[in-house]
Amino acid sequence: MPDPVSAPRGLRSWASVAWFLLPALALFLVFVLAPITVAVRTGLFKWSGTGPMDDFVGWGNYARLFHDQVFLGDLERGLYLIVLSVTVQLPFALFTAVLLNQRLRGRAVYRMLFFAPYILSEVVTAVLFTMVFLPGAGMADHLAGAFGLEGLRGRWLADPSTVVPTLFAVMTWKYFGFHMMLFLAGLQSIPGEVLEAASIDGAGPWKRFRHVTLPLLGPTIRISTFLSVIGAIQLFDLVWVMTAGGPNHSSETMAVSMFQFGFKRHQVGYASAISVVLFMICLVFSLFYQRYVLRRDLSGALTPGGGR
Amino acid sequence: MNARRTVRGLSLHAVVWVIGAFVAAPLVYAVVSGFKSTGELTANPFGLPERWKAGNYTGILGDGVFWRQIANSAGIAIGTTCCTVAASAMAAYVLARYAFRGRELFYTLFTIGLMFPFSVAVLPLFLLLRTLGLLDNPLGVILPQAAFGLPTTIVILRGFFRTIPAEVEEAAVMDGCGKFRFFWRILLPMARPALGTVSVLAVVASWNNFFLPLLVFDGPDWQTVPVGVQQFQGQYATDYALVLAYIVLAMVPALAFYAVAERQLIGGLTAGATKG
Repeated sequence: MPDPVSAPRGLRSWASVAWFLLPALALFLVFVLAPITVAVRTGLFKWSGTGPMDDFVGWGNYARLFHDQVFLGDLERGLYLIVLSVTVQLPFALFTAVLLNQRLRGRAVYRMLFFAPYILSEVVTAVLFTMVFLPGAGMADHLAGAFGLEGLRGRWLADPSTVVPTLFAVMTWKYFGFHMMLFLAGLQSIPGEVLEAASIDGAGPWKRFRHVTLPLLGPTIRISTFLSVIGAIQLFDLVWVMTAGGPNHSSETMAVSMFQFGFKRHQVGYASAISVVLFMICLVFSLFYQRYVLRRDLSGALTPGGGR
Repeated sequence: MNARRTVRGLSLHAVVWVIGAFVAAPLVYAVVSGFKSTGELTANPFGLPERWKAGNYTGILGDGVFWRQIANSAGIAIGTTCCTVAASAMAAYVLARYAFRGRELFYTLFTIGLMFPFSVAVLPLFLLLRTLGLLDNPLGVILPQAAFGLPTTIVILRGFFRTIPAEVEEAAVMDGCGKFRFFWRILLPMARPALGTVSVLAVVASWNNFFLPLLVFDGPDWQTVPVGVQQFQGQYATDYALVLAYIVLAMVPALAFYAVAERQLIGGLTAGATKG
């Protein structure tokens, strides 16, 4: 690793540092950090989005949030999606990664195929699955008949009790390939000798997986978990296009509620408060996760002095 | 022993096939359905079309709206990528190779952006863009997208720039190369693979963005593909076959890009994810 301190003296001047840093810093301050502070301020007002912002309500918007059944439902659904992602989607991705890490004819093709949905935009995915789950005419209804799931016919996205699991199935379709790729990269970094040694010591395939592969895959699993939690918290496009939060708010997420209030119902102050809460949840989760979970293995992108 | 291995191989293939069918079925369904009429699709959603009709596809391809959306998406993706990569490369250069006070502080500041989901910022961003007069203007999408792309890009590029030996820089400076010339003529060409990777990531992120273009663009003039797809579905909600044809065509550029840039994309995602 080059030591930056040993860089030629001429390169240390502040002026040139500032010159190189300026474009990124300006973009970042204006379009990433400034909006957050704007949201914090706007969230303290009752404001329709136009006209003077003069109706200061302080914590009023926040107090309202925690009595809002829809918003409390958003939190609950968010948690539900997180739990499903971590207990169903990630193990499934790991399973396919292990599968495609074996010697298998055509595995390169399978890898490409499983990853392909990740490339599609969420909107395209959402419209595709709106068609798949179309009551009566969709592919899912016809398949349900064939698999003896008659009860699900016509209900996928239309019934409050099935809509979130259906959305989760679509999320899995779209994102498991991404996590699979991360796991494959992790698996390939495990030295063959370690597994061989375990094999010689008499460990069967399951024991090798449980006691060698899984622990060595720890860093990848922790990153995957982080990404899928953040992804589940901020879910918008998929839900907005497939259900717009319906039926009767049963699939609404925090971002959908924020959009509804901010852009459809002109309660920008209240919507900003939702933004701030969403932000706080992500921030607290990230810091907590960085501090207690990733610390062990990260080259610490978020900790000063890290990243080396 | 051999028989057991064969059985194992076969069951392995069977499992992979089932997963493959789960992934491919909706895609195949969309492609095939695009060749049907909606009447036929409703009556017979699975089978092959009785007569393959290309009308849905050719109708869309013959319409300027679809091409304009493709051109808008491509232009915005290129603009975003240039901004992100240029600003990030400059910042990553000093963050990787200069010793100055506050370096780690700046780096941490950028990496904080890794934990900001886009949807958090989108509402205040909209208010800000309205104040700046950037609504219904491609810059209103390009600049924020570039800003949100900075963290990952800087993390990846900084890591790469650090691997270039200090001797290269020393030699260049001894030969009378200024700091900007070193950056431009030596560092960037050496970093071509890393630049390719981050560019591919930026293109994909921009191409797929929906939330911001939805808010920023009012009329159809600047509409991008994801927004166009959503509008189209709203407009032709009952013409299922036509909607499916539209999304199939909307998928083609993304999948073609994936086929070409697969290596860079996957390399970038795994590097970006594990480093950030």
